[in-house]
Amino acid sequence: MTDYDVLMVGAGHNGLVCAHALAKSGRKVLMLEAGDVAGGCAATREFAPGFSVSSCAQWLTQLSPRVMDSMSLVDHGLQFAARDLASVSLAEDGDHLVLRGAKLEGANISAEDQLAYEDFSARMMRFTKILAKAFSTRAPKLVESNFADRLTLIKLGLGLKLLGKNDMNDLMRIILINMYDVMEENFDHPRLKALLSLDGMLGSHMGPRSPNTVFGYLYRRVGNLFGYDGPAQLRGGMGALADAMVASCKAAGVEIRCGEAVASIDSEAGQVTGVTLASGEQFSGKLVVSNVDPVTTFQYLVGYRNLETGVVRSVSNIRNKSGTAKLHLALSGLPSFAGLSAELTGHRLVIAPDMNYAERAFNAVKYSEYSKEPVMDISIPTVNDPGLAPDGQHVISAIVQFAPHEPEGGWDGHRQAFTDIVLDLLERYAPGIRGLVTASELLTPQDLEKEFGMTGGHWHHGELSLDQVMMMRPFHGANQYSTPVNGLYLCGAGSHPGGGVMGLAGLNAANEIIKRVGAA
Amino acid sequence: MAGADERMLLTTPFHSRVAAACETNCWGNWKGYTTPNSYIDVELEYFAIRSTTGVFDLSPMGKYRVTGPDAEAYLNRLITRDVSKIREKRVGYTVWCDDEGQVLDDGTIFHLGPNDYRICAYARAIDWLLWSAEGFDVCVEEETQNVAALAVQGPTSCAALMAMGLSGLDALKPFGIEYFDFEGEQLMVSRTGFTGDLGYELWIAPEKAEDLWDRLFAAGAPHIIKPFGMEALEMARIETGFIQAGVDFIPAEETIRQGRSRSPFELGLDWLVDLNKPVFNGRKALLDEKSRGSRYRFAILDVAGNKPANNSFILKNGKQVGVVTSAAWCPTAKTNVALAQLEMPHGAIGEELVAEIYYQRELHWTKVNAPCKVLESPVFDPPRRRQTPALPY
Repeated sequence: MTDYDVLMVGAGHNGLVCAHALAKSGRKVLMLEAGDVAGGCAATREFAPGFSVSSCAQWLTQLSPRVMDSMSLVDHGLQFAARDLASVSLAEDGDHLVLRGAKLEGANISAEDQLAYEDFSARMMRFTKILAKAFSTRAPKLVESNFADRLTLIKLGLGLKLLGKNDMNDLMRIILINMYDVMEENFDHPRLKALLSLDGMLGSHMGPRSPNTVFGYLYRRVGNLFGYDGPAQLRGGMGALADAMVASCKAAGVEIRCGEAVASIDSEAGQVTGVTLASGEQFSGKLVVSNVDPVTTFQYLVGYRNLETGVVRSVSNIRNKSGTAKLHLALSGLPSFAGLSAELTGHRLVIAPDMNYAERAFNAVKYSEYSKEPVMDISIPTVNDPGLAPDGQHVISAIVQFAPHEPEGGWDGHRQAFTDIVLDLLERYAPGIRGLVTASELLTPQDLEKEFGMTGGHWHHGELSLDQVMMMRPFHGANQYSTPVNGLYLCGAGSHPGGGVMGLAGLNAANEIIKRVGAA
Repeated sequence: MAGADERMLLTTPFHSRVAAACETNCWGNWKGYTTPNSYIDVELEYFAIRSTTGVFDLSPMGKYRVTGPDAEAYLNRLITRDVSKIREKRVGYTVWCDDEGQVLDDGTIFHLGPNDYRICAYARAIDWLLWSAEGFDVCVEEETQNVAALAVQGPTSCAALMAMGLSGLDALKPFGIEYFDFEGEQLMVSRTGFTGDLGYELWIAPEKAEDLWDRLFAAGAPHIIKPFGMEALEMARIETGFIQAGVDFIPAEETIRQGRSRSPFELGLDWLVDLNKPVFNGRKALLDEKSRGSRYRFAILDVAGNKPANNSFILKNGKQVGVVTSAAWCPTAKTNVALAQLEMPHGAIGEELVAEIYYQRELHWTKVNAPCKVLESPVFDPPRRRQTPALPY
């Protein structure tokens, strides 16, 4: 028996956004979270005694202001430790390239590159505006003549048209190609090209020459429109976002139960009937919202046998291979990067000397191997937020690409070897850093999959590529948050527009549910 | 069995005997296999089916084996019928649909034993069958090449087969399966067929195919047994109102244009759809169709005159309301039959329509507007088709 209007499977950040909006619409919402805490990829975890780190997402780059406002997150305790951070492309010789807003510094960057970047960035922002519009509503279906969908399509078309002929042609041309070619067209400096192309491949299974990386880059730049002129860091790590969201949800009347893994989403004759927990406890309900990724939702929770063959095919075709690992280090002191000012140490540090280096790093993962020289996106959060480690000590959180889901023979035989590769690489840029390491933790794609319940370990719950975005996300038949099972909705990163701690998938899903099911 | 090069059609395990019997040397391509359109004379072959015994090599028919603990559950999700009602040693006619409720194929399901089934289908179906197996503990294998099959059809078929030594065959009920020993090899016999008459299908290992053919024709000689080809089969199946995939409907996976596939309701196969089953491919779409109404209706037409209404438009008050998909002058029923798909709401039993028939004699084209009428049931449906024990005609 149940007294809830909505049962939500998983309490990630998108789920919290969705639950909050549903509760505000007058519904009684119960969230069932398998983990010990809510928040999903917005999490802070102590990985060594006294040392905490953002255990999945490490930067806030694109949280929608609509989510911030509607959930009153600041009122619920959300604080920034730093905003609009610079991106520093590290050089072994200490002549680093710094990207601060639209300004480039250091590394003998030429005036041409500076001008070219300003022009490029402005053009990308014009493109990004069109995306941001499309992201703020459900993805339109193409064939059914629904008024709201037509309006969205008209707006999209109009947005393209208003770009003017040159920009429109350029967007249509580059959206299908790759960051490598676009960078070659625009810039000279190898590290500038690598730094920007990295933004197109973060979290993905793509190298600079992979198609779809331009879309990945634009996706990330949507953050600029949301007020992020560079990455931001939350006080207390990304878990602070989860805490504020949980507080906001609780204030709205949402009930959240952690440590309660849902074992199945139950359905009868194509209509959802409730959920069953691993403990055997059952909740019945006609409205179930899944915050977990589509593969987990359909393959493991609903079960392929309860779906039609075409749906099963679509789900099993979802590309969700990740190549991303996380490295967490506890340090006895602040590492010293050659030539890097103390102030910049707290900014985003990137190791990606040139695009071929990044492409070679990607090559490995195609063959289920890890990069011998990976690319890295490094955060030393304790510079801006000392509370994460004991006094005078520090933590490092780094995105490391690329690592396969399963290297030959399994991760057990490779974990230390890959950790050593990454530490040796860091040592080249920050001599002496190995001596500071007092604890380390490597989260492979497999670990991320397990800890955050994401099939494949993909932080977007499925590759962000043109075959899997908009009306194709996660697949035809589940592209407007509703699914082939009546009463079952999706609200996670696997849905339009995608992940990246943006919150729009959850917000759009809530709006769609309210529209379809009616006001409570 | 493979062709000498990839452009060459495959031959069936009976090929040496078929080729020797095929006096017309008129061959066709049936899903990659070379098969006779006729052997001696189409009319004679047709009358063998209707008056004595006709034999048809159906080895090219797609055959798929489904085994494992979830075999029944798997099939129940795959097809529109309730598989649990097809008992062991029984055969069921069925269709299967895609998610849009459009027919992928029709065929038969043989319940061979516990958790053991065979699907016989017109279209090559292995991809769809394997995709459908995700999430089920089943093994799905194609066995088209591993099983040789003959259809033995007509009033004296039971007598001919009993003369070959299949004692007790007369007791086999329609859609039943029985096993016999054939020279140390298992011979499976099902009382099934595509002619609408008393008849059987024989299933055996390819190595025994030629022996089976030889002994069957030797034993059947007194019962006037003759091989028949595709064209005679076509006459017989139209006469008895059986639809043919690829002719009366296009399998949904093979259609390219929107709206060219058909649902089971639109093919007159409502009786094969069990909407009470909680989950099966196409259920949601078929429920929708049920409430929204179908686009087309399948009809058997009695067309005036003796000109077969092949490819005719069907008119109502001069307006086109449908097309003929199959047509033949049917000698036994002495009826000019057409199978047609009519736009709703046309096709109610008894409705009178007009078939616009074009025919030519020495390049002289003539148009006939032949009145026609929607029949309630097929024109050929003899009691002996169902009679058990089968009588020794």
